[in-house]
Amino acid sequence: MNLLEVRNLRVWDGRGGSVLVSDSSFQLKKGSCLAIIGESGSGKSLTCRAIMRLNGRGLLQSGEIRFKGVDLNELDEREMRSRRGKQLYMILQNGMRAFDPSSVIGVHLRETLARHYRWNKNETTEKLRQAMQSVRLQDPIGILNKYPHQLSGGMLQRVMIALALLLEPDVILADEPTTALDTVSKFEVVEQFIQLRERTGCSMIFVSHELGVVRKLADEVMVMRAGSVIESGTAAAIFSNARHDYTRYLTSSQRKLNDRFQELMGGAGIADR
Amino acid sequence: MGRYIFKRGLISVPLLLVVSFLTFILNSLSPMDPAEVVLHAQGVPRITDELLEETRLALGLDRPLLVRYWNWFLSCLRLDFGDSYVTGKPVWSLLGPAFLNTLKLTMVSVVAIIILSIALGVLCALREGKLLDKSIRGISFVLTAMPSYLLASLLVLYFSVKLDLLPTNGMDTIGSYILPVTVITISYAGIYFRIVRSSMLSSLNEDYVLYGRACGLPERKITRRILRNSLQVAVSVFCMAIPIILGSTVVVENIFAWPGLGTLSVNSILSRDFPIIQAYVLILAASFVIVNTFSDMVNAWVNPKLREDG
Repeated sequence: MNLLEVRNLRVWDGRGGSVLVSDSSFQLKKGSCLAIIGESGSGKSLTCRAIMRLNGRGLLQSGEIRFKGVDLNELDEREMRSRRGKQLYMILQNGMRAFDPSSVIGVHLRETLARHYRWNKNETTEKLRQAMQSVRLQDPIGILNKYPHQLSGGMLQRVMIALALLLEPDVILADEPTTALDTVSKFEVVEQFIQLRERTGCSMIFVSHELGVVRKLADEVMVMRAGSVIESGTAAAIFSNARHDYTRYLTSSQRKLNDRFQELMGGAGIADR
Repeated sequence: MGRYIFKRGLISVPLLLVVSFLTFILNSLSPMDPAEVVLHAQGVPRITDELLEETRLALGLDRPLLVRYWNWFLSCLRLDFGDSYVTGKPVWSLLGPAFLNTLKLTMVSVVAIIILSIALGVLCALREGKLLDKSIRGISFVLTAMPSYLLASLLVLYFSVKLDLLPTNGMDTIGSYILPVTVITISYAGIYFRIVRSSMLSSLNEDYVLYGRACGLPERKITRRILRNSLQVAVSVFCMAIPIILGSTVVVENIFAWPGLGTLSVNSILSRDFPIIQAYVLILAASFVIVNTFSDMVNAWVNPKLREDG
């Protein structure tokens, strides 16, 4: 069953008129993970943000984004906002910038939970403590009182994952969540993403240009280039039997780069799995 | 923090030395003989060479420049800035009250500038590109470009002469603050509100705004975060406005006959009253250093990242 169906999504610059994403269509099955791959500027992040309707001012979008039977493009801002966080949740690339630099991490987490649940202060703290421990964050209470710049990128990614565990959204959109991390943190964060899917049974859209990570997580893969979807299919099919030249080019160039990562992942390489 | 202020104080000593030394040299390059200035001011009818020689001796002008500077510097450390050539009164007794008057005018103006800049900056950023944004920017552009003496004269003409609502000069009542403060505020708020606006606009595209929205947070919570982060940039700019205005009230003070530093410094320059000019420059330089340190402290207080490094 499709949880999310995107038809003819188009994103363009309202001022200049240039088209940034043209006519993309894809589906996300319930409980499955769809990876969007492609080079920088291919429209992966824009597609994600278009689903959340969070592309910046000046960017316009059209098409149909059917989520649980409702077209998100038709909703007014208030109805859309009530779906953000609780039903559709987003994890960003750079944890350092994703949290308000002027307040401690706990402020954002508590404000978000207060928005979606009626827990009192102690309940919230206890839930946060459990969630953060389950993503292997030591000293959760200490972390709640730290500013973003006092934590590492990997820790902040895990804080965002911990929040997802509590919000239990239907769809998680992860926008290059491992790109800014070193190899070891990347390994830990990918592990947490796998567990997050196991625990919540959520569907996931995983934007990345790291095929090693994609291989580990995705059920289906969609390849984007210059704003259009050029190929999509099951992960196995894309990696072993790509039809499009560009996809083959992507997978082969990534294979060369990813040896060290594969080693640490302890898994098979892209080619021989 | 205590160590930091101490360090800043130490660094400021050579800075003040250089500034005061340069003023000293520039003053000594003036073709006017200080002894002559003094004698003129005392109303001596016939200035003879002997008289000049005597006065020079009395003022210590016969000694080399560096020695004079050193003596002047030592007495400054005791807060003794010498006597005015023209009135013979101690410099501090003239400069002190004038400084206080200008400080009052400056502080009231700075408060008005901060309130107006933040209000307009936030309003324009939230309505970016809309008619309101464009018209506020347009009007402020015209007002900022207008020289302050013209603006001051227009205001005096309308509010004091035509409507007879406000006093044209002096600082006797609270009403006398209104016109000078308005003129200063208009000339500066037009610049500062643009800083607030652009800093708000760049914050709007930050990831924490996107993530906050993606978590479903209400817009007013997000606006509060944007405000808090973008005002950090504005704090140091606002703080630096204090010494800048302190040193540039000349025109406004002269038009409204405000008994402050601006009026005093212009009069001293016209009458070649060197001790006053010397002390005036020193005070301005010192207030730059003090306010700069203060603004760093405020910044460290609002910005957790700076707090640790300090």
